[in-house]
Amino acid sequence: MASGGIYENPVVKWIEYRLPIFSFVDHSLGSGYPTPKNLNYMWNFGSLAGIVLVIMIVTGIVLAMQYTAHVDYAFASVERIMRDVNYGWLIRYIHMNGASMFFIVVYIHMFRGLYYGSYKAPREILWIIGVLILLAMMATAFMGYVLPWGQMSFWGATVITNLFSAIPLVGDQLVTWLWGGFSVDNPTLNKFFALHYLMPFVIFGLVFVHIWALHRFGSNNPIGVDVKGPQDQIPFHPYYTVKDLFGLGVFLIFFMLFVFYAPNYLGHPDNYIEANPLVTPPHIVPEWYFLPFYAILRAFTDDFFVYQIISLGGWLMTAKLAGVLAMFASIILLMLLPWLDRSKVRSSKFRPVYKQFFWIFLADCVLLGYIGGKPAEGAYVLIGQLATTWYFLHLIVIIPLLGILERPRPVPESISAAVTKSAH
Amino acid sequence: MRNTVSSLVLLAAVALGGVVITGSDSHAAGPAIDIPDRQWSWEGPFGTFERPALRRGLQVYAEVCSACHSLELVAYRNLGSIGFSEAEIKTFAAQFEVTDGPDEEGDMYTRPARPSDHFASPFANDNAARAANAGALPPDLSLMTKARAGGADYLHALLTGYEEPPAGFDLLEGMSYNAYFPGHQIAMAAPIYEDGVEYADGTPATVEQIASDVTTFLAWAAEPELEERKRLGIKVIIFLIVFTGFAYALKRKIWSDVH
Amino acid sequence: MSETANPATHSPEGPGEGDDTNRRDFLIVTTATMGAVGAALAAWPFIDSMNPAADTLALSSTEVDLSPIEEGQSITVMWRGKPVFIRHRTANEIADAESVALADLPDPQADAERVQEPQWLVMVGVCTHLGCIPLGQKTGEPKGEFGGWFCPCHGSHYDTSGRIRKGPAPLNLPIPEYTFLDETSVRIG
Repeated sequence: MASGGIYENPVVKWIEYRLPIFSFVDHSLGSGYPTPKNLNYMWNFGSLAGIVLVIMIVTGIVLAMQYTAHVDYAFASVERIMRDVNYGWLIRYIHMNGASMFFIVVYIHMFRGLYYGSYKAPREILWIIGVLILLAMMATAFMGYVLPWGQMSFWGATVITNLFSAIPLVGDQLVTWLWGGFSVDNPTLNKFFALHYLMPFVIFGLVFVHIWALHRFGSNNPIGVDVKGPQDQIPFHPYYTVKDLFGLGVFLIFFMLFVFYAPNYLGHPDNYIEANPLVTPPHIVPEWYFLPFYAILRAFTDDFFVYQIISLGGWLMTAKLAGVLAMFASIILLMLLPWLDRSKVRSSKFRPVYKQFFWIFLADCVLLGYIGGKPAEGAYVLIGQLATTWYFLHLIVIIPLLGILERPRPVPESISAAVTKSAH
Repeated sequence: MRNTVSSLVLLAAVALGGVVITGSDSHAAGPAIDIPDRQWSWEGPFGTFERPALRRGLQVYAEVCSACHSLELVAYRNLGSIGFSEAEIKTFAAQFEVTDGPDEEGDMYTRPARPSDHFASPFANDNAARAANAGALPPDLSLMTKARAGGADYLHALLTGYEEPPAGFDLLEGMSYNAYFPGHQIAMAAPIYEDGVEYADGTPATVEQIASDVTTFLAWAAEPELEERKRLGIKVIIFLIVFTGFAYALKRKIWSDVH
Repeated sequence: MSETANPATHSPEGPGEGDDTNRRDFLIVTTATMGAVGAALAAWPFIDSMNPAADTLALSSTEVDLSPIEEGQSITVMWRGKPVFIRHRTANEIADAESVALADLPDPQADAERVQEPQWLVMVGVCTHLGCIPLGQKTGEPKGEFGGWFCPCHGSHYDTSGRIRKGPAPLNLPIPEYTFLDETSVRIG
């Protein structure tokens, strides 16, 4: 039925008059929120990400009730959760695998955006907030991984915090400040615990603004053509609520298969060894969702030709600094996509050349992830450097060129027109 | 239709990518050593620990391994979940001495262990352990099957992998050659030999049997929740499949007028 | 955003419309119920995780060896985070405890109700007024006017059976659940 705040129930009426929450819910995700009618399952991942965020916060808070953030007790407190706390193993494994699930869902969500041009005007701010959410997630996950105080926790923290020393002038001071001491130690752990608890609520706030920005113009759709009228739309409830519910079911099966039957598949055995500052593991690897960025970071060696070029023969900056800057640039650059991509056509459905490059870019990201997990030796180095070069080439050169040079296919007049034309 | 196909391809690509990334093994230093794959009773969705094997494995740990290796994360009372009675646990624990205190005079003292205590460590601290083992630190075994790539398979291979070094191999003083240990030189001498323990249940104590039993015990020690986890998992997955089925039917029904 | 009337939320008209609605309602009710049940089942582990964990429960009882305690001596043991007074009472103390008229007691309780073996008094050493730990366990500490324990915080006096006799405390010192494992050892809790 039409929204508008006319409710029959006297209790509902009383509340609604004082705090219009019912009409708010109805307008934002009820039957009063019109949505393009042609969204495919790639549009499920936003709501999934929101649900995973809630799962992470709930499991995280319950874990925090039992965890001790002190270097002498952290590892043992996590094992106590696994062994002694009722259902502690379940809550810990949900939280641990939930982090991976969060990144899987968000990466798919982002690639959907790249494929269908969801970042284009007028959704630029929506996209930028999304990238900010990604950055906040990465900070949260990085700090969270330190908390169990295993070998990878400690050494991963050491390697990544050490990177900041590459910043000229203030680098070393910055690192000492991050550590709260002269190496990763108790002050660092305690600080990371406090911030790890805080960040998800920052993410929650960013998600609120993200959805607010989304609702300004509503969702994009697979053909990238703006909604022309009510004939192109259906109410979010019950159509997309029920579709999201089904998607949630499928996702939960995938998630729970990991939790119950392969809880440590996505992790690293070395993190079941308590942190030892005197013993470095043979290969320090971050969690899988950081591997592409790790590969970009390590690609910048002294003899990497891109480094030689951008540092003017090694004069402007060290290879270490170049790697750090490139790693951050790989994410920050995404924010500029709406301006890098000038094509008037949104969806890859009507951009056959861009579509090919999209798949190549996706493959390149997967390759970067693969390289990130390998030791920085032999052929892996060169492949990593080529993949890194391609990554930036795609964003800085290919996308802008395509925007100017590509001849897109004819775009349908409207969603309804496209739907009636197709074999549906 | 083409939308669905490209959506599925994207999904599959990301999933495949994820598998490729996570599967890429960067754990071993040097050329990867192939670990023989074994079938363990606790593998698979319906896996369980064989109780007799656990008892024998406990005996092996107590008689052989505990001389050097601690098992600090396991408490004696945990043995109840693998079929030991309260009385048995009490008697077993009382064999071992733990440090307690300080007493009224301010001194630490030792007393027999109780069920609520964690397994007594052979050494007071890491330094004492190193001093007694020519500088090498025997690791705690509570999480060993989770803390090594290859898990139980690797552990078993290691325990049965002691051999003569190949010709030309430079074996350092005090080290032993092991086919599966990374680098092939291990500070621990072969801990298991034929009839090294006399099993209470009369099972012949071959090297293979001893290795298998102690690996089973350590797999339990690392994952005591395993059986409950898999049992609960079946229920959860079945529930979710049924629920998702209904959700799908409902989705199709609601959408029938749009399609 | 354009406001829109919802198209097509009702089933198409025609024969079998009733069946359609019935099937749809069935699906809605079933799915919603399964969802609610699933959510409740999923909530339980989180709530249960806040119950005492296995290691806490393992320490919920303590065994004490009574043989080193001489007659006229008291020891204090920790049990569930609280002090428990165990006193090996002398014959005089037992006689005193047994001879008190119940009418004289603010919290009437016979000595026999408070001990299993008369020479062993086992009670939680937390004053029932506001929770201080009464004095009287060690030689030289004040024992109050009734030869038992004295709480320095607000002046409650307990007798040789640990019963309140004078002062603001309303109840006798609590007796925990305990069992004699044999003549010289007891399990508390």
